[in-house]
Amino acid sequence: MRDVSVVGIGQAKVKEHWERSLRDLATEAILGALKDAHVDHADALYVGNMLSGELAGQENLGALIADQVGLRGIEALKVEAACGGGGAALRVGYLAVASGQFDVVIVAGAEKLTETSNCLTTASLAMAADGDYETIHGISFVALNALLMKRYMYEYDLVPEDFAAFTLNAHANAVNNPYAMFRAPITVEQYKKSRDIADPISVMDSAPICDGAAALVLMPTNRLNGNGARAIKIAASASGTDSLGLQDRRDPLWLSAVEISSQKAYAQAGIAPQDVDLFEVHDAFSIMSVMSLEAAGFAERGRGALLAREGQIGIQGKLPLSTMGGLKARGHPVGATGVYQAVEAVTQLRGQAGKNQVPDAHIAMTQSLGGVAANAVTHIFTN
Amino acid sequence: MKLMKPKRDVGIIGYGAYVPRFRIRAEEIARVWGGAEDGLPIEEKAVPGLDEDTVTMSIEAARNALARAGIDPQQLRALWVGSESHPYAVKPSSTIVADAIGAAGSILAGDWEFACKAGTEALQAAIGLVGSEMAEYAMAIGMDTAQGRPHDALEYTAGAGGAAYIVGPAENALAILEGSYSYVTDTPDFFRREHQHYPQHGNRFTGEPAYFDHTLRGAQGLLDELGYKPSDFAYAIFHQPNVKFPQTAAKKLGFKPEQIAPGLLTNKIGNTYSGAAMIGATAVLDIAKPGDRILMCSFGSGAGSDAFSFVVTEKIRERVAKAAKTMWYVSRREVIDYALYARYRGKLVMN
Amino acid sequence: MDLARNWRLKDQRFRLEGTVCAECGAKFFPPRQVCTECKSTNLTPHEFDGHGELYSFTTLRSAPMGYEDQLPYVVGMVKLDEGPIVEAQITDVNPDALKIGQRVEMVTRKLRAYGDDGVIVYGYKFRPVANGA
Repeated sequence: MRDVSVVGIGQAKVKEHWERSLRDLATEAILGALKDAHVDHADALYVGNMLSGELAGQENLGALIADQVGLRGIEALKVEAACGGGGAALRVGYLAVASGQFDVVIVAGAEKLTETSNCLTTASLAMAADGDYETIHGISFVALNALLMKRYMYEYDLVPEDFAAFTLNAHANAVNNPYAMFRAPITVEQYKKSRDIADPISVMDSAPICDGAAALVLMPTNRLNGNGARAIKIAASASGTDSLGLQDRRDPLWLSAVEISSQKAYAQAGIAPQDVDLFEVHDAFSIMSVMSLEAAGFAERGRGALLAREGQIGIQGKLPLSTMGGLKARGHPVGATGVYQAVEAVTQLRGQAGKNQVPDAHIAMTQSLGGVAANAVTHIFTN
Repeated sequence: MKLMKPKRDVGIIGYGAYVPRFRIRAEEIARVWGGAEDGLPIEEKAVPGLDEDTVTMSIEAARNALARAGIDPQQLRALWVGSESHPYAVKPSSTIVADAIGAAGSILAGDWEFACKAGTEALQAAIGLVGSEMAEYAMAIGMDTAQGRPHDALEYTAGAGGAAYIVGPAENALAILEGSYSYVTDTPDFFRREHQHYPQHGNRFTGEPAYFDHTLRGAQGLLDELGYKPSDFAYAIFHQPNVKFPQTAAKKLGFKPEQIAPGLLTNKIGNTYSGAAMIGATAVLDIAKPGDRILMCSFGSGAGSDAFSFVVTEKIRERVAKAAKTMWYVSRREVIDYALYARYRGKLVMN
Repeated sequence: MDLARNWRLKDQRFRLEGTVCAECGAKFFPPRQVCTECKSTNLTPHEFDGHGELYSFTTLRSAPMGYEDQLPYVVGMVKLDEGPIVEAQITDVNPDALKIGQRVEMVTRKLRAYGDDGVIVYGYKFRPVANGA
């Protein structure tokens, strides 16, 4: 296997893109990444996406987008792993380069969630869960996370405000990210007053419905051809799964897939959790941040929320999280999110994060979850 | 000989009731319409929740009946649901109920409709099926979630609830059938045409020529055929579209108020249509003692009446407590206002 | 309308029919063909008795398409006495009165209807245990 590096990044602003289509957004991100990489060709394109068929009436995204960016003829596929499709696409792209099959691969993530009515989007997002045993009962994706959060609060004697720091941190970081959806800081008071979607999860605990696209160009580390200066190495790429439905988990408060993929990634990179300088966590809901921190080994079980309360997750903290706003504030265009996370990790390791630059950042970790962590894809980047 | 009595002695092996938990007070309905023309016919009526219908209510009543009967549902050879509010116009409620309780397979299933006596019509058929030895056990259900047109007199009374009965051989019965009698004529006192949401009725025409004529003939016919007088019965249950009608009918026949009081539930749950006489009788069985003779007399518009005489056996003692009692369902209540009632009963225009 | 899909699940929806492993005795709902404990493929049907306790619950204020008419409604995870967790709606309740650990029992209710002219799907929900006997 060859070492793989990211040589180019591109992204579209995350927002409700009423005037732009899935292909428009993907094209903007990919052209940006190719320009950033100083390349004008690629051998393959892998597109992370969850709901193009359901919401935009469009499948076969590989062929569509390869053609749109002027690369008609290359290998191109859509990669789906629910909300973790972006991370999964990166993993497929990584394997394609590491295996020696291809020398230049584009990994893109693109999603448009605003093409239709809210309740259809809600129903479609619930497809990430178990259709016959969860969705049929009217259990939305938010509700699944609410069920976990309520039980977690019961087990560890917490109140909703104990989770507020994750939301405040994400919004504070998004202020300085021009590609983020929400660029205003929020206060604890606003957090407390926000409306429940499925108690105890409020609007302020959950990532927004939005559109976006991001892209990466990958090349073998030993063939960078002048791209070396800005290249960021992928030190680990690992994936794990859990049962799709929460009902099938013996211990629903433990994210096994996160543990499996994190441990594999640490082993590949030859690091321990405490070596990680920043973590782009899958903070679709505050409870996912907390449980991910525990299963990935950053906090003891039951103590994930404390990490935030103790101020360790800010840019200057011990483990900066969601450094460009995370899913909560940058936005969560589901199948694209994993690629945004990688773009942001690369930005940090290049030292281009501006006011949000994590000092001395050398090791960045990203984690993309599909469903309620039925799928977890972890990547570790180094400069 | 107009008495109906099968060659083989049969009886009730198990029974079960169901009433949904919501109630709307009659005074709340009157408030919306600026008062009731003829006073309030009852105190309050039962209203089904959004996830309830004749099928789900029948399933719970049927499970209660099975729990009391203690038989394997696969021993049932018929399951019939009588109702005027089947959720499908075409597709049986009874097949859903049969499958839900584990009785599907080698069984007859069908829906009955005869305004408020569809359930007792099904009970007569079940008696015939078991009495002829075509079947060992058969279940008859009367269940309704009836609707009255807003502001119509029926809006005060159209309730929800009903009961399920398992008929089987007399030797295993908690109440043995002594005989039954049915009386039917063409009398258009109340009807609902195909595709219509609400029924029409003949106001005072529903009284003398319809309810009273048929109910009195049904009950008196049975008494005459069996050679009994009202005092031979511990309890009597009549179809109960309101409180006054069954009280008047009972009085005309010579029954005392205390004989009908335990089985007169309309004041608290409304008129449960196909379920009305049958759930009145489950309330009576819950408190009956061995040896008690019970008259159950239904009335259905259109019109007709089925009357039954049962004698309670020793087996009642062990079976009553095996499932929820009727009065428990009656006392389980959450009062809602007219706005929620309108929503739960689909009276809001949504599209 | 998902006619075949809902029809084939009716034994599970009506009677909580899952499976039990003939080798190690592990019980599953939803049913499985491969035992998660011992990897045996020798599993037979097992009907759960429908009693358990509330593991967690939430009240939805925003619903997926097809469920908007039911809002607000409560969904929960129920830990059955025989082991497995089942997710379902919790019915006949005032959510403010619900507590984690509360005893619940299975009932059969309407899960959804596919519009006014479509099929009605019936299946399990749970409600606080009510002993009316």
